[in-house]
Amino acid sequence: MPGKKRGKQTVVFHNPPVITSSASIVGPDEGKGPFGSYFDQVLPDYMFGEKTWEKAESKMLREAVKLAINKANLKEDDIEVILAGDLLNQTISANYAARDLSLPLLGLYGACSTMAESLLLGAMLVDGGFFSKVVAATSSHHHTAERQFRFPTEQGVQPTVTTQWTATAAGAVVLQSEGSGPRITAATVGKVVDMGQKDMSNMGSAMAPAAVDTIKAHLDDLKRSPDYYDLILTGDLGKIGKAIAEELFVVKGIVPKPFYNDCGVLLYDENQDVNAGGSGCGCAACMLCGPLLKKMQEGSLKKLLLVATGALMSPTSMFQGESIPCVAHAVAVEMN
Amino acid sequence: MVPWYSAFIVGGILCLIGQLVMDLTKAQITPGHILVGYITSGAILSGLGLYQPLVEIGGAGATIPLSGFGHLLTQGTLKAVEQKGLLGAFSGGIEAAAAGITAAVIFGYIAAVIFNPKG
Amino acid sequence: MEEQNLELKNIEQKEYDDLVNKVKPKPPVLKNCIWAFVVGGLICTLAQFIQNYFMGLGMSRQDAASYTSIIMIFLAALATGLGVYDELGKRAGAGSIVPITGFANAIVASAMEFKREGYIFGVGARIFSVAGPTLVFGFAVAFFIGLLKVFINS
Repeated sequence: MPGKKRGKQTVVFHNPPVITSSASIVGPDEGKGPFGSYFDQVLPDYMFGEKTWEKAESKMLREAVKLAINKANLKEDDIEVILAGDLLNQTISANYAARDLSLPLLGLYGACSTMAESLLLGAMLVDGGFFSKVVAATSSHHHTAERQFRFPTEQGVQPTVTTQWTATAAGAVVLQSEGSGPRITAATVGKVVDMGQKDMSNMGSAMAPAAVDTIKAHLDDLKRSPDYYDLILTGDLGKIGKAIAEELFVVKGIVPKPFYNDCGVLLYDENQDVNAGGSGCGCAACMLCGPLLKKMQEGSLKKLLLVATGALMSPTSMFQGESIPCVAHAVAVEMN
Repeated sequence: MVPWYSAFIVGGILCLIGQLVMDLTKAQITPGHILVGYITSGAILSGLGLYQPLVEIGGAGATIPLSGFGHLLTQGTLKAVEQKGLLGAFSGGIEAAAAGITAAVIFGYIAAVIFNPKG
Repeated sequence: MEEQNLELKNIEQKEYDDLVNKVKPKPPVLKNCIWAFVVGGLICTLAQFIQNYFMGLGMSRQDAASYTSIIMIFLAALATGLGVYDELGKRAGAGSIVPITGFANAIVASAMEFKREGYIFGVGARIFSVAGPTLVFGFAVAFFIGLLKVFINS
């Protein structure tokens, strides 16, 4: 039996873990988008009945995890470990959510790539036989991200054409060694790529090279052509990052164009005031846990490569003049 | 008294310059940069004697933009230096700007107590 | 060898910069400028009316200007508190940043934003997070001009 590693960065799973259930909770603006009806819960406001936005984000994550566990017909106690992270300092949304759930936590920080990172590690834990029921989850909240990374929310700041809108969304999946549903068949761990971009209001351009690098590594390692997948979906490059990624695909000689899209572009309507599109951990998470997995269950989507992209800078590194290092992880989800 | 249309045009042009700086320079310019840039340029232009003529023409159109605040600081300092010498260089600026700064702090604090950010 | 790699990396980054600039849409400069001009102009016009009113009451120009600033700052604080100023700022850009109302907005927005971290280390500490640098540079420049004046006078 050959090992599980392929090429340099990719692993394949011998007993592909099953996504037995998923849940998504989104904010009011995401609910107004084209996929609004696919999400399990659309919040009427940004507070979710809490006193602060940070608490609201943590509650979104917690409730999404609970809902996913519920939908898998499991009890919270059945879950052996939760892999979760978010954008906030010290990943407090995940920490406090896991505190309230009193579940073992492996906290992750992959910025907006966290959904793919948690799925990838969760799948390894399950396929490796260490655990049989794990939860992978992540969240982001527009206002908590804004105040931590950019400006106070009431400050009059003009967005640029490249500015992206951090999605208010949380997504969670239950991964099990057995059951029915889409399976995670392979995954690629991304390298940190930095093309010297320094513009905090143009994250798509910073992240696009990392996404393309990981997609190329994935295809090369598995000796697959892009059309193996029905859809290759990046996490949150937005309109501009997507356009750049398409140019880079041509340069690298991979042509997934008709089957390529980006969650940040899909999540919102043209006429929603989000400039270059969505971003944030929740962007890829809610798209996966809402519309994508539903379409896989229905059978209208069979092979998906989710490439969640994350920008790994901090406000401190930006003030110190550093450029934006980016990472992208890929997970292949297939429905038999 | 300065007519309203002079204030409109001078104030409008000063803001327009700021917009051009934001849109046409490569580096990411935040409101903080704009504010620092305006107060600094206003203070320097005032020191060179170039800002007062603009105030004569534009009235509030020149004093309300933050460059006018820089002008106020410089003029306050210069006036205090005339009266008190070196001590004036230390005290004049803040004295001249005291009303505006205190107003901003007081109203800011009150607003924070009353209102919650809506996002 | 390392130097060569670094140079290669620089060339690669330069090429990537060019690609980004090619793909990136241009900002709507004309539209932004019209917004900035009109909104900035209107804010200054309102201030001029207030100032003229006070001068009409017999106030000196200096005092009238100070009262005008205080009223403009109050109005900006109110608009920020009501959640209107940031909406205006999205469209008006520099038109709502450059006037003293923009300075007030930066102070009030910072103060409000950190209310949930407490009134001392939240509001009190963060109130000048944006406006602080502005004042530092303003004070410093004015001080050095004053110092220069001291030397010229002596």
